[in-house]
Amino acid sequence: MRNAANKLVAVFSMCCLLLGGGLLSQMAEAAARESTAEGKKFAFDIKKGNCLACHMIPGGVSPGNIGPPLVAMRARFPDRQKLRAQIYDASLLNPGTRMPPFGKYKVLSDKEIDAIVDYLYTL
Amino acid sequence: MKIVKFAMIALCAISASAFAGDKKATDTTPAEDLKTYQDYFFKRFSGVPLQEYANGVYAINEASRENWEAIEEFPPYEPMIEEGEGMWNQPFANGATYGSCFGDDPAQRKNYPYWDAARKMVMTLPLAINECRTANGEKPLKYKKGAMANLLAYMSYESRGQKINVAIPDADALAAYNAGKSVYFARRGQLNFNCASCHMESSGQYIRSEQLSPALGHATNWPVYRSKWGELGTLHRRFAGCMKQMRAKPYKTQGEEFRNLEYFLTHMSSDIEYNGPSARK
Repeated sequence: MRNAANKLVAVFSMCCLLLGGGLLSQMAEAAARESTAEGKKFAFDIKKGNCLACHMIPGGVSPGNIGPPLVAMRARFPDRQKLRAQIYDASLLNPGTRMPPFGKYKVLSDKEIDAIVDYLYTL
Repeated sequence: MKIVKFAMIALCAISASAFAGDKKATDTTPAEDLKTYQDYFFKRFSGVPLQEYANGVYAINEASRENWEAIEEFPPYEPMIEEGEGMWNQPFANGATYGSCFGDDPAQRKNYPYWDAARKMVMTLPLAINECRTANGEKPLKYKKGAMANLLAYMSYESRGQKINVAIPDADALAAYNAGKSVYFARRGQLNFNCASCHMESSGQYIRSEQLSPALGHATNWPVYRSKWGELGTLHRRFAGCMKQMRAKPYKTQGEEFRNLEYFLTHMSSDIEYNGPSARK
């Protein structure tokens, strides 16, 4: 009897774990999707990132050509921190850069930069 | 690629002067700057003759040039030239005229900006116009648009074809020139640009769908009827607009910083003929 009860508890907890885990990962995916969509919004917004002013982005209308096209970003920036730093303050890597220091000069918030990085990784 | 690299080195020679610690605005002479500056654009846009730079982006963009030439056939600034001519001929309340201040010759473009050694300052044409007014008991005009721009349109029209030749006669003048150079090359504003970020290093490239005009010739064609403004505006109005786009607080129109900047910028366009007023997008 006791054995059976133990088994039941074990099965129940397993179910909880599985179910909970699935839910959690689903929630994480949904959050990432949301962040990616937000990131795209910030990247295209003239008052925010305005990345299109200088960079070609797939799906973006009338892009500039001052910076390199934003494609294959995961391959070009396997290290997320390096991509983030490039947006935060590109002058660290290249003192003569024309890219505004979006994080350092608070053109974008930390959260907005994170969302843009999420979006860039989909390109 | 080689050309770009060379141009970048040439650019750094002066652009570094204002914002890098190792070089100062005083490290190179105006004559050296002029050569570096003009050569930079000659290499970047090879085959474009010096005088063509008076036409801004239309010197390097054939498609928009056709459109612009059509506009210049019946220029939108024509009525403003007439308004300005009317102002020139209209006596002040005391009976004097602008002619009394300018030797009865409206073709004054070539004489400004100049270094006023006695007052130790850069004199510009708009400033001289307002000093003429106040000396004759009239109120000064606003510097960005309206009546001032109209009078400048008439005087510039009468001056078309005069060549830019800005003298830097003494050590104080050189200091003002160097101050203007520093304004040009200092990074500022939330976007951390300098004038050269867009109009040297990115000239000819596109920001969204707009092609950035070369800085060479930027001082030649004022005042400008800008479609974006829907009216005539002055050089200092454009300076202020540029600074706002950089998300920086603009200097005062006809204040010392902008006058020094005009002094430097006009010297950089030496030997180009004045061709104001003009139409721009």
